[in-house]
Amino acid sequence: MQVTSRHFKDGAHEALQDKDIQTAFSKVKTGFSVARAARVEELPEFEDLRDTAVDIKNHVIENLDYYLEYFEDQVLLQGGKVHWCNSYAEARDAVLKICRDADAKTVTKGKSMITEEMALNDFLSENNIEPIETDLGEYIIQLAHEYPSHIIAPALHKTKEQVSDLFHVKHQEYGLTERQTDPQALVNEARSVLREKYVAADVGITGANFLIAETGSTVIVTNEGNGDLTQSLPKTHIAVASIEKIVPTLEDASTLMRLLARSATGQEMSVYTTFSTGPKRKDDIDGPANFHVILLDSGRSELIGTDKQDLLRCLKCGACMNHCPVYQAVGGHSYGWVYPGPIGAALNPQMVGLEEARHLPNASTFCGRCEEVCPVRIPLPKIMRHWREKSFETQVTPKPERWGIGLWAFFAKRPALYRLVTRCGAMALRLLAGKKGRLKSLPMMKGWTSVRDLPAPQGKTFMDQWKQQKRGNS
Amino acid sequence: MSETPESKTVALFVTCLVDINRPSVAFAAIKLLEQAGCTIVVPDTQTCCGQPAYNSGDKKSTKAIAAAVIEAFKGFQYVVAPSGSCAGMISKHYPELFADDPTMLVAAEELAGRTYELVAFLSDVLNHQPAATALDASLTYHDSCSSLREMKVRDQPRALLASVDGLEIREAEDREACCGFGGTFCIKYSEISGSMVDKKVDNIAATKADILAAGDLGCLMNIAGRLQRRDEDMKVLHVAEVLAGMTDVPGLGEGER
Repeated sequence: MQVTSRHFKDGAHEALQDKDIQTAFSKVKTGFSVARAARVEELPEFEDLRDTAVDIKNHVIENLDYYLEYFEDQVLLQGGKVHWCNSYAEARDAVLKICRDADAKTVTKGKSMITEEMALNDFLSENNIEPIETDLGEYIIQLAHEYPSHIIAPALHKTKEQVSDLFHVKHQEYGLTERQTDPQALVNEARSVLREKYVAADVGITGANFLIAETGSTVIVTNEGNGDLTQSLPKTHIAVASIEKIVPTLEDASTLMRLLARSATGQEMSVYTTFSTGPKRKDDIDGPANFHVILLDSGRSELIGTDKQDLLRCLKCGACMNHCPVYQAVGGHSYGWVYPGPIGAALNPQMVGLEEARHLPNASTFCGRCEEVCPVRIPLPKIMRHWREKSFETQVTPKPERWGIGLWAFFAKRPALYRLVTRCGAMALRLLAGKKGRLKSLPMMKGWTSVRDLPAPQGKTFMDQWKQQKRGNS
Repeated sequence: MSETPESKTVALFVTCLVDINRPSVAFAAIKLLEQAGCTIVVPDTQTCCGQPAYNSGDKKSTKAIAAAVIEAFKGFQYVVAPSGSCAGMISKHYPELFADDPTMLVAAEELAGRTYELVAFLSDVLNHQPAATALDASLTYHDSCSSLREMKVRDQPRALLASVDGLEIREAEDREACCGFGGTFCIKYSEISGSMVDKKVDNIAATKADILAAGDLGCLMNIAGRLQRRDEDMKVLHVAEVLAGMTDVPGLGEGER
């Protein structure tokens, strides 16, 4: 997809001015965060589970080649096929070839972030294959020609009224001419349209929350059952997954699942959890005749052995963004690529280049709430700091910022000079503030005074006063 | 004052914002520590903990500043800062900073092991009950992110504030949310910071408390500045000033009366 992270500040400005977006994102807190806290409270072993999850994921990452090959063997044994792809282009071509072999006109899709990365929908459309998103949120934004603003609630930024208008316009072609406003009626309308698409689909494409090495299974969790229908109704099922989604055993997957929904939506479990193991067998009543897994690397393996390796533990639950005050202020689109919020700030510079994504790791107060709620304890602020250091070293950080810090550091390293400067600075600010005790504007500090007053120093610095006091005492 | 065998020597890390903007916080900290029987030393080669450079990605400058701090505070039994952010920088981030320098790492870890946030030190190390102070007012306490998450300061200030006679504590909604200060963040991304501090001020103002207190001057300056821009009537003080009974000073950003 097109990367617009460079324009983070403009996107943030627009989002901050948009009342609908502000209302939508303020609800993240009361919805997801409050529910998560309640589910965590109910589970005394939550912290231990997190530790176990970290161990499982670290173990897999350190033995990734072994488990991937193990997984492939099992998929083959079950009658499925595995396609190893290094790049988005390779993965897109692999999907297209399977679709062509199936003579596909229509493809239904379960929610998948990796296919957002690959910009698969545009690619399929260009090749005369109609992709239909079946996750309700994803379906809404597909109709609106937008992209997700949240990884588990992709249409979070849209109001009920906007959805109502959108359906009214887009569903005319299905003979649905009445404008619905009630949420349940809107859901029913989408369901009736999608039902036809499920039946018509030649291929079903899903993502995978987990790939299980010991059984060769792919797993997808949904709350609408759309993942289930997408992968079991069409003749061909393609699961697209990045390589780090692998776990050794069914038991490991169940451990991670205990954390996933709790962290994501504050549910004990998602409503549907669908395991796919190979194509339909002789005695099976339903299921696809063909089962394919696209294993995509796309730069993931480059992270192994670096100080960003922890990113590969990510379960894509969205807890970090649900608890991020910056994300809640600026929304998902400002981040300018597939992953918003803290995980985006840590991952996107790797995926789209630091020059493009420079703002993302900088636009954080390092409040640490993302790391606090991450089910697999990814040190997100630490990775953001890594990018800031990289930006500074490679001079991606703009000159005025680098020089400003350099000048400040020059004084901070020289205590005597520092005292002189701080003494003068404190007195000057005090005088400028006068009797009011604060400044409404200060040319050099516009960033500060554009939104708040600047409390003025009390007068002499502490170090000056302390020195005087000691001299007085002796 | 002379050092008794039981008395503890505390080197005060003044913090750059306290030094420049609000010296009364350091005097309040000294008062509290002395009441608890400590001997105070203020090393005069200290400047700043280095966070502005660290958070801007300037690792080289940060290391130089951190090395100077390690040197300035060498040999003291305890190092105490009236700030969770600066204490967190020293005790959590200095060791990370020198992870690949074995000699400096030892010194950084050693300093980290004896560095404390003021209120946590009073509570957890000294088990101190502040001298009987009284204040007929209501107060809401803001949890600064570094205090809360890096230094695990959460219940200690509330317990100590509860011992102030007549003081009523009112908790604000979403009290663990960041106020939007974030060091240079508030300047570089002022619009986002403005939105964050506005939400914080909404919740704080809703408590209708007389006083807002916190343990970090960065957050306090940010919140006070926004409260005053919005003409909200609330006095902003550092928690040390409240505990030390030094509430007669004008609050942050308040004029002379």
